[in-house]
Amino acid sequence: MKPISILLFWTILIQCLGAQTPDSLGANKDAVYQRPFIFEGQKGNLTAAVGGYLEANTNYFSTDGVSEGFSMEMRRFNIFFYSTLKERIKFIAELEFEHGTEEIALETAMLDFELTPALAFRAGIVLVPLGYFNQNHDSPKWEFIDRPLVSTTLIPATYADVGFGLHGTIPLNSLSFTYETYLLNGLQDGILANTSNRTFLPAGKNEERFGEDNNGSPSLAARIAMKKRGLGEIGFSSFGGYYNTFKKDGLRVDEKRKVFVFAFDYNFSFGKAKMLGEAALVKTEVPSALGQAFGQTQWGIHADVIYPIWNGGLFGWENVRLNAAFRFEAIDYNVGQFDETGGNIGDHLLTIVPGFSLRFSPNTLLKVNYRYRWDTDLLGNPAVKTAGFQFGMASYF
Amino acid sequence: MKKWLTLIPLVGISLLSCEKLLPPTPADNEVLDGPMDGLSPTQLQIFLEGDEAFADIFSPQTGLGPIFVATSCAGCHVGDGKGHPFTTLTRFGNYTNGQFDHLLHLGGGQLQNRAIPGYTAETLPPEATGISRFTPPAVTGLGLLAAVPDETLLALADPDDVNEDGISGRVNYIHPPSFFIPSGWHYSDAQGRYIGRFGKKAAAVDLLHQTVNAYKQDMGITSDFDLQEPINYAVASHPTDPVADPELPAATVQSVVFYLRTLKAPVPRSQHDPQVAQGRQLFMDIQCGKCHVPTMKTGVSDIKALSEIEFHPYTDLLLHDMGAALDDGYTEGSAGTAEWRTPPLWGLGLSANAQGGSIFLLHDGRARSIEEAVLLHGGEAENSRNAFQQLSVQERNAIIQFLESL
Ligand code: HEC
Ligand code: HEC
Repeated sequence: MKPISILLFWTILIQCLGAQTPDSLGANKDAVYQRPFIFEGQKGNLTAAVGGYLEANTNYFSTDGVSEGFSMEMRRFNIFFYSTLKERIKFIAELEFEHGTEEIALETAMLDFELTPALAFRAGIVLVPLGYFNQNHDSPKWEFIDRPLVSTTLIPATYADVGFGLHGTIPLNSLSFTYETYLLNGLQDGILANTSNRTFLPAGKNEERFGEDNNGSPSLAARIAMKKRGLGEIGFSSFGGYYNTFKKDGLRVDEKRKVFVFAFDYNFSFGKAKMLGEAALVKTEVPSALGQAFGQTQWGIHADVIYPIWNGGLFGWENVRLNAAFRFEAIDYNVGQFDETGGNIGDHLLTIVPGFSLRFSPNTLLKVNYRYRWDTDLLGNPAVKTAGFQFGMASYF
Repeated sequence: MKKWLTLIPLVGISLLSCEKLLPPTPADNEVLDGPMDGLSPTQLQIFLEGDEAFADIFSPQTGLGPIFVATSCAGCHVGDGKGHPFTTLTRFGNYTNGQFDHLLHLGGGQLQNRAIPGYTAETLPPEATGISRFTPPAVTGLGLLAAVPDETLLALADPDDVNEDGISGRVNYIHPPSFFIPSGWHYSDAQGRYIGRFGKKAAAVDLLHQTVNAYKQDMGITSDFDLQEPINYAVASHPTDPVADPELPAATVQSVVFYLRTLKAPVPRSQHDPQVAQGRQLFMDIQCGKCHVPTMKTGVSDIKALSEIEFHPYTDLLLHDMGAALDDGYTEGSAGTAEWRTPPLWGLGLSANAQGGSIFLLHDGRARSIEEAVLLHGGEAENSRNAFQQLSVQERNAIIQFLESL
């Protein structure tokens, strides 16, 4: 084609495209402004909002008598974007800045399209429904400064993945049942190919998962929960799929290996006390040549109890609440016995965290935690003891 | 509001007793790790860099494997102490008609029994007849042992048992790697071989040699000093690692060597216990100290804290024939298959804290107690072992208590 005919072709094409835009206002060059949220906004129909939360704290820890001293930590700063174009079409996105700009992640960017409350479609980058914490991890909701280890080192919170699926709520008298299920790209090779010398699901969260699946076979996640008004909720969830790159350029380069996670979570009020926690069981297929440092079975739990001990006015704030809080955590990263000795494989930990929280409003609180942690290594040697104090604040904005 | 006020003193008290709520520092003689006294701030800085590299866990992305035995130095030398059967490695070769062949063309002398996902681990070839299992030793105080001049070892050696005490003691002459730089006191024989002193067979000439080999043979990590990956000949006769070589710069290897040189020597416990004193005396009386030589002295060293220091490792760094029961038919350098380098006994009492609560002694961890280790001594140590067996139970316990105090 001669340059002149190319120009002619483009001119015609652009005109055709222009003619197709819903609004006859503008030429194609103005397409960026020809978007429904702008029209709806101009008509006053749009609900769009920006929000977020911030969390910062201090640390003073000592491991077997050795302390790095006192330090300040800007844990995270998250921004939410929310918009509804029509009542039953909702969009939400969350951008997380961890430790300033050390780690920036798109935690959520999803569209909900509701047919009925019992049936809605969801697509985009979703928070995987595995346990309770992964989808409900905003710091201002929690009385503790550190996130539960079962939720972050077994269940790899915050675990967001590209997914497509369904969810819904089915009420039944004072009960309501909810379900969610998604197809996801899934976790990847890092579960074993990591620098932790253990099976470690968080290392399986490769950024590539937002682009394409590493093995072309999607994973599946689902959670069902039952909620009783005024009492609480229990949930059962699971996640599973092939995680390793067993196929490349159409060639089978490895065996297929599966990872499966089962989680149970609860969240109850008994009188004034609130109790919540979750437990997870992880089953990972590990090539035997990699050796027993990489566990095939892992489990962990965390159990929190929160009890209000005082309620009243403080510094001109009304209805300030002081809570006592206690957390217990246990994790075994490698359940099994050494082939060489028949003795138990170690690699487990325990923590206890007593603390106080002072809630100035449901959305803003100060936290004081004391944390004691026992880490036992793979061989089962005497535990390394770490303890320390943390003071923090978290608030929605 | 009243309840709230009572909390203030409570919080106050707990903050005051902060120190009580933090885990205590273990006594210096309860742990093996830590730098030696007398290092300058710069030396401590390099020590810490080495400490970090020693603990660094390799992954397939950082060069691990593709075939390997473990993923970090510290994974085998836990807390700088001994290893466990799980981290015990296998060396092999073929011994026929007095000739030892390391079977290099079949992936010898060390088996890499693990592989990163997607790769195949090595298995022992049928040609392997001499197979030995090596339990990781503690790595403390090695800087002092490295600074003992060769002439000390040659003076302790008695290859022809001239003094007729049944104990000979030889040095292992080895061909050092090309990167070895001899110091003024290194001795070489007519064939250009040097005296090895590290490893169970004393086949490594210095800590750099040992470290470069450990990176390559134990973890599949190439460095500026050795660009060759371990090869699994069952897959292909050339390396198949996806990461560009060298996987580690010389600077990191050198910082690890510095770390090993400046790790403190184990600090003994219960030194004023009369039973320990009795045990020490008996240990010398029954000739244990002929091989497990209590005291050595370093020569002049570039690191002041290592220079002309007397120390107590309980080794002579020499090879001894330990008898048929400890002969695996495997060897290195000029050592015989039944010959082993006397292991230092310092730090022995802390072994269980690194070996998962039990103890695994001798080169392959077969001895499950100090007593069993002594009773398995044969060859040149036979007289000494017999003397041990003839002691009363109380006297034997005194020796064991003494060894546990080290
Ligand atoms: C697979 C377990 C394993 C790993 C990983 C390992 N080692 Fe070793 N180490 C051993 C064993 C077994 C020996 C005895 C080796 C021999 O006799 O040659 C040893 C010996 C040594 C010695 C000699 C000690 C002595 O008393 O003679 C040093 C020094 C050492 N290792 C340092 C290292 C360093 C540095 C690393 C990391 C680069 C490392 N090791 C990684 C198992 C391991
Ligand atoms: C002829 C030299 C010699 C004599 C004498 C000797 N030993 Fe040993 N000892 C060795 C050697 C060599 C080894 C290592 C053998 C092996 O690894 O298989 C060893 C190993 C040991 C070990 C195990 C150390 C470890 O870390 O695994 C102990 C304990 C020990 N000796 C104590 C004694 C006692 C007690 C005596 C006196 C009764 C004694 N030895 C006499 C040479 C000797």
